[in-house]
Amino acid sequence: MKYFKLILALVLTLGIFFALNTKFGSIPPIGKFLNPYTGVWQNETDEAISGEVSIPGLKAKVTVHYDAQLIPHVFAENDHDLFKAQGYLTAKHRLWQLEFQTYASAGRLSEIIGEGALNHDRRERRRGMGYGADQAIAYMETHDTETLAYIQDYADGVNAYINQLDPKNYPVEYKLLDYQPEEWVPKKTALLLMYMTKMLAGGDEDLEKTNALRLFGKDNFDLLFPDFFDSTEPIIPKESDWSFIDVSQTERPNSQQAVLDTIRETIEQPHPDNGSNNWAISGEKSVTGNPILANDPHLGLNMPAIWFVMQLSTPNYNALGATIPGALSVISGFNQHIAWGETNATRDVIDWYKVQFNKDRSKYKYNNSWNDVTIRIEDIKIKGKKSYKDSVLYTHHGPVVYDKNFKSDMELAGYAMKWVGHEGGNNQKTFIELNKSKNYDDYVSALKYWNAPAQNFVFASTEGDIALWIQGKFPNKWEGQGKFLMDGSNPENDWQGFIPQEFNAKVKNPERGFVSSANQHPVDQNYPFFVFNDGYETYRNRVINEFFNSKAKFGIQDFKDLHNNNYNLKASELVPYMLEHMDTTSLTDDENLIYNEIKSWQFNNDIDEVGPSIWRQWYGKLYRMVWDEFDIEDTALDAPFTYQTIYLLKNNGNHKFMDIIETDKIETAKDLFLLAFKDAAKKLDTIKNEKGDYKWANYKGTYAGHLLQALPAFSRFDIPIGGDRNIVNATSEDHGPSWRMIVEMTSPPTALGIYPGGQSGNPGSKYYDNFIDDWAAGKYHSLNFLQNDTRTAAIIGTQTLKPSN
Amino acid sequence: MSKNITNFIVTILLACVLSLFLPWWSVMTAALTAALFIPLNKAAVFFIPFLAIFLFWAVYGYMLSSGNDFTLAKRIAVLLPLGGNPYVLLLVTGMVGGLAAGIAAILGKQLSLLLKK
Repeated sequence: MKYFKLILALVLTLGIFFALNTKFGSIPPIGKFLNPYTGVWQNETDEAISGEVSIPGLKAKVTVHYDAQLIPHVFAENDHDLFKAQGYLTAKHRLWQLEFQTYASAGRLSEIIGEGALNHDRRERRRGMGYGADQAIAYMETHDTETLAYIQDYADGVNAYINQLDPKNYPVEYKLLDYQPEEWVPKKTALLLMYMTKMLAGGDEDLEKTNALRLFGKDNFDLLFPDFFDSTEPIIPKESDWSFIDVSQTERPNSQQAVLDTIRETIEQPHPDNGSNNWAISGEKSVTGNPILANDPHLGLNMPAIWFVMQLSTPNYNALGATIPGALSVISGFNQHIAWGETNATRDVIDWYKVQFNKDRSKYKYNNSWNDVTIRIEDIKIKGKKSYKDSVLYTHHGPVVYDKNFKSDMELAGYAMKWVGHEGGNNQKTFIELNKSKNYDDYVSALKYWNAPAQNFVFASTEGDIALWIQGKFPNKWEGQGKFLMDGSNPENDWQGFIPQEFNAKVKNPERGFVSSANQHPVDQNYPFFVFNDGYETYRNRVINEFFNSKAKFGIQDFKDLHNNNYNLKASELVPYMLEHMDTTSLTDDENLIYNEIKSWQFNNDIDEVGPSIWRQWYGKLYRMVWDEFDIEDTALDAPFTYQTIYLLKNNGNHKFMDIIETDKIETAKDLFLLAFKDAAKKLDTIKNEKGDYKWANYKGTYAGHLLQALPAFSRFDIPIGGDRNIVNATSEDHGPSWRMIVEMTSPPTALGIYPGGQSGNPGSKYYDNFIDDWAAGKYHSLNFLQNDTRTAAIIGTQTLKPSN
Repeated sequence: MSKNITNFIVTILLACVLSLFLPWWSVMTAALTAALFIPLNKAAVFFIPFLAIFLFWAVYGYMLSSGNDFTLAKRIAVLLPLGGNPYVLLLVTGMVGGLAAGIAAILGKQLSLLLKK
């Protein structure tokens, strides 16, 4: 009996130990997680912002002043120390995010999360994310060891932090998922840049368009997907003189034909709401006589935020602005002489080639002979399971993403991806050089290193220049090249070369006194290289340009107003037409109420309006009805862009695409207006019954979701902010102005900046989300641009980083 | 009665000391050791160490969290989910530690009976 009790007690003890020490599904190991001396209770604190820290490898001491926004102002004696400090401080405030984003990029999430992430990981690896990062490192090893050495400094800084971190102080996400930080290596910086490249230049619709061409024919295709819309307001003003370009577009081969395969499914695309605004006005257009520049990149509203604001200075230069954890230097910001910012300059830099393999898939057909396939074995580690091995075949085009092992059933064929993201290069150098630039010429030489993702780099200087370069490495394509799936065995289909960097489109000090970009078409048809519509934005740019054409001079308040401009140009171009042409005789009382609500809407997407919600419902239903032809099972298809949809609704309302296939009747655009309106009204009434109203703020429910699938505990919901996609204040549900910056080119520059989030990555810190309310209200924070390492009244804490030897 | 108090105090002291270099299960070790050398009887075998560690964890958690306005505790109480109430999280924390300690103490008591023989 005694032994029985003993054994029972032993079993119970072991049982409770196991139960509290093990992670079950999403439940963390509860004993580890909740105990107050190593668990989450230890994270109930802000990061230290005073005292001294020893860092191995520093050459001299580095002074770090923190202001009340927890922005570190870093004063180092040399570049190497500066980047060590940047790595150290980024890790100190954002360690988990820093690592997690590179895990995501590399397709390693299964290691942390388990089998649920396997599809994600396979996709990212087949996209060649790790391969691209390897190419970038290889390029730097051969051509630019200086930049690589700085990246190593950054890594040393991150590792200095990780190595001195007691497990009880691991960020809370590590405790939740029960894992540990690993050593940071330079390849992770390359992976982070790949992550940005994927986010901003990782989308294409070639395969979807191939299906559309096959199903609907060339005439319909050209009507639905024109290279240029009927009205464009390109980034580089129309009628620019391109006569200085002495290289011509690649000639179109005669034997050109798209491969019209039936493509069942394609890999996930980057979010269509990724985009940005930037603009700058000249001194003549500015109330104070100083140029003013603004930037607001529209990215996912995540917690922790994608941006981390820092001041980075050495005796040679002094820069302040938004950094991205994992990358060196300031990305969007200013120094004593210049200011710069980016918007995405999408271009078709992904093409697809159908390749034919031999019997054992060791060779592929090319130019009437057989080339060797190389194999990259992707070993995907899975938490709690055996690794998954995926062999990805590589051709000279790039990785064969789709084959019999992935989203395709072709036994002896596959689709290879040609992507500028795989080209290698030293993108990082552009930012290091921009941070040091003193004038326009420095800015231009800094840009030369930038391959991808192509960006519209806006520029202003204290000397009075404004400029905008569309910078990226762009293939010089023949007319129509790469719009559709191509035959990978024909050398004529290969990229024949790149547009020489100096012939990238640009504008400096234009007569109109301002430059701007909002992801629209970069140029008009006169630019002598092939540029077709790659999903260009068609609304924000027109609102911005009209704003700057509306009066002679502008000030900071105007810039703030424009950032927060909620005018819905898209709705204003269709709603009046629909109201005029819709047959309203059959509307019920409830429907009439909604009809009158949208009739009185002035097209502003403000938080208390109901018009934006009605518009969203109405247009959403209408869009699906118009393009019901695109809803085909097991066929990858993308419906036409909004601009062309609205154009056709107004100019081609009797086209056969307007008909709803399912019904016997032949519908026209006017019929669809009514049908969609009635559907929308029904949905709006349901929302009203459930939530009380459908005012825009509630309807949209903007949120900043934690990087771990928007875990509610670490996210912010129902943020009261207006705007929407295609509006200058581009805040949709989970995307929006992820960093708003305004810089006036006084000497030294004066700047405002804010982002939805906070400087700390720790959900237990008051600095985790303290910017969100001000950001939503359209407010800005002054950025304290310290001119030297002397403490000022704005500084609340100073930490000194010292050499440890 | 005084044995109960002694065990209570020794369990807390041991837990405090062991927590400096052992992971969370230091409380199990503490309770087991205390039970081995200061064996209690009947329900007290479980409840005295339970209470000791419950208080230790809950009070320590409160001390760490109250100075920070329970910022993280409120979030963790959403995560687990405990209605976002940090006091419920403190209660759960105490109970988790207490349960582990109490059960380990039962084992300690059984071992002490074996050793006595």
